[in-house]
Amino acid sequence: MAHMDATLGASPSGQLAHKPTGRISDPIFVGLLWASGLFVLVLLGLIIAMLFHGGLPALKEFGAAFLWSTSWNPVTEKFGAGVMVFGTLFSAIIAVIVALPLSFGIAFFLTEIAPMKLRRPIGVAVQLLAAIPSIIYGMWGFFIVVPLIAAYIQPPLIEWLGPLPVIGALFQGPPLGAGMLTAGLILALMILPFITAMFVEVLESVPPMIKESAYGVGATTYEVYRNVSVPYGRTAMVGAVMLGLGRALGETMAVTFVIGNATRMSASLFAPGSTIASTIANEFPEAPMGSLKLQALLQLGFILFVISFIVLALSRLLVRSKLKS
Amino acid sequence: MKFTQILGVAVLLSGTMLAGFAQAADINGAGASFPAPAYQAWGAAYKEKASVGVNYQSIGSGGGQNQIINRTVDFGASDAPMADDKLASNNLLQFPTVIGSVVAIVNVEGVADGHLTLSGPVLADIYQGKITKWNDPRIAELNKDVKLPAAAIVPVYRSDSSGTSYVFTSYLAAASADWKSNVGAATSVQWPAGAGAKGNEGVAGTVKNTKGAIGYVEYVYAAANKLATTNLLNKAGKVVKPDVSTFMAAASAADWKTAKNFNASMIDTAGADAWPIVSATFILLPKNPANGAQSAEVMKFFDWAYGKDGDAIAEKLHYIPLPDAVVGDIRKAWQDEVKADGKAVWSN
Repeated sequence: MAHMDATLGASPSGQLAHKPTGRISDPIFVGLLWASGLFVLVLLGLIIAMLFHGGLPALKEFGAAFLWSTSWNPVTEKFGAGVMVFGTLFSAIIAVIVALPLSFGIAFFLTEIAPMKLRRPIGVAVQLLAAIPSIIYGMWGFFIVVPLIAAYIQPPLIEWLGPLPVIGALFQGPPLGAGMLTAGLILALMILPFITAMFVEVLESVPPMIKESAYGVGATTYEVYRNVSVPYGRTAMVGAVMLGLGRALGETMAVTFVIGNATRMSASLFAPGSTIASTIANEFPEAPMGSLKLQALLQLGFILFVISFIVLALSRLLVRSKLKS
Repeated sequence: MKFTQILGVAVLLSGTMLAGFAQAADINGAGASFPAPAYQAWGAAYKEKASVGVNYQSIGSGGGQNQIINRTVDFGASDAPMADDKLASNNLLQFPTVIGSVVAIVNVEGVADGHLTLSGPVLADIYQGKITKWNDPRIAELNKDVKLPAAAIVPVYRSDSSGTSYVFTSYLAAASADWKSNVGAATSVQWPAGAGAKGNEGVAGTVKNTKGAIGYVEYVYAAANKLATTNLLNKAGKVVKPDVSTFMAAASAADWKTAKNFNASMIDTAGADAWPIVSATFILLPKNPANGAQSAEVMKFFDWAYGKDGDAIAEKLHYIPLPDAVVGDIRKAWQDEVKADGKAVWSN
C-alpha cells in the first residue's frame, strides 16, 4: 500500500492530490482476497473428503484388492478398479506417445523454420484445437475415426502383426474400430495443443546466443535442435508432457464415445476397454443412492484424483526446477 | 449419502425457483429416459388442455428412484421395477404407464431388414462369444432360405447402464440358463464379449459402421430410424416379427392379476404370437404425499394420459398403451393406497 501511494504521489502531473480511500475498503479488499484464496483450498479439501468418505464403504467391502481386482460385475456387486486404472493409464500413455513427436515437430517448426507469415496461422490453429469441446471430439471420433480405423488400419495390422510372437498380443481381436488405440489417438489430439504451447515457450526461451554459436561452428538445424535447444529445456519439456498426461487421464466424454466400454482386461491395442472417467459417466445415472455401486464409483473417482494429483505434482516439480535454474 | 442430499436440495431449490416462473401447480417428475418422449409429449398436450405444466427430467431410472425416495420430485419414473421391500420401506406406489419392447438390429452383408431369425439361446450365445460366425450351424438352422456370410459376429451393447439393457438381459437370462448363471440381468452387466456404445444412438451407429455387428435398441428408436431388425423364435415356437400386434400379444399374455406392485413379467411369455422382449415402464408415487393436492394433480395427469388422447399420442410414438383392465386396477390402487393425512387423495 505504502509503495503504491508513493508511486501515485510521484505521478508526473502532480496536480491531482491523492486522496487515500483505502482506510476502510482496504481491509475489506484484503479480507476478500484471503477468502478467495482459502475458498479454493477448502473446496479442494471438501471434494477430496467427499470422494474418499463416499467411497470408503466400497474400500472396506473389498479391501485393498479393490485397486487391482479386474472384476466389475454390477449383478453380483463385485467391484474392482483394476480394468479402469489400467485403461486410464494405457490410453493416456498411448496419447502421450502419439502427441509427443507431433508436438516436438510443430513447436520446432514454429520457432525455427516457419516463415513469419505462417507462424501466426499455425499457432492459432493449434490453440483452436484446445478450444474444441470434448464432446465434439467424441462425435467426430465416433462417426469418422472409428469407421476409418475399423476399415483401413486394423484389418491389415491384425493380419500382419497379430501372428508375431510377443508384440502380436498388441494387435489382436476383431476390427471393432473403437478401442484403446482409437481412444489414445483422440486423446493425443486433445493434449497436443497444451504440450505444443509449452514446448514453444521453452524453445523460445533458449538464448539466441547459444543457438547462434552452435550454428556458427557449423552445426546443422537438426544438430542445433538435438544438442542445444532440447537439452536446454529438457526438464520443462518433461513437465509439459506430464501436464498433457494429466489432462488425458481425466478426459471423459470423448473417450466414452470411442473406447468401446468393455470392463475386460486385454493387452491388445484394438480391444475395447474403459477408463475411470468413462466408467463413472456410464454407470452413474443408474447407481441408486446408498448402493455399493455408487460407493465403488466414488472410490474410483478418488483413485483418479490421486493419480492425477501425482502426475500434476511431478510436472510442477519438473517445470519449477527448470524455471529456478 | 450426504452430498446426494445436498444435490437433491439444490435440485429442489432450482425446481421451485423454476416453478415460480411458470405455474404454481406444475408437476415435477424425473427418471427413466425410455418413456421420456411419451411423458414429454403428454405433458405438452396436457398443458394445453388443463393448463398444468409437466416438467419431466430424463435423468435415468436410478436417478428417478433416488429423487422420489428423497421426495424432491412429485413422481419418479423407472424402467426396471423397484423391489417390493424397497417400495414398502420408502412408502411408494408403483404403477406402469406404457409398454415398450426391445429389438435386435443387425448389419450382415446380404441380409435385409426382417429377413433374419434368431432365438433367445442363440442371442445369449452370441453375446457370450460362443457363436462367433454368422454362418454358424445354429444360426443357419433358423434361417434355411438365407445365404449367411462367413463374417465374424461383433456383439454391441449399451455401455451406459439403462433400462433397455435390463430388459434385454432379462430376456437372455429367461431364455438361457447359461446366461442366467454366468452373467445375469441388470441395468449394466459384465459383458463377456463385444463392445459397448453409449445410448440407443451409439449402439445403432456402431452397428451401422461395423460389418457383422449385432445390437439391441428400443423398438421406438428402431422404428423411428428404420433400422434392420431381426425376427425372433418365441417360447411357443413361432417366428414373430417385431410390431405392435406381437407386442400387444405379449401384454395380454402377461399375468397382471397375481403380479405384486403391477410387476407383471412380459419377458418370454407363452403367448402364441407374443414378441418375447417386452416390458412396461413404471411411475413411482409416494403413498403418503406431503401435499395431497399436488399428488392428486399427478394422478389427474396420468388419468388423462390413460385416456383416448393419451393413447393416441403414445401410439404415434410407437409405445403400446396398457390393457384396459390394468388401467382400471391402477385407478383403484390410487384410491386405495395414496393417502394424505389418512384421507384418500383420489376418488374414481
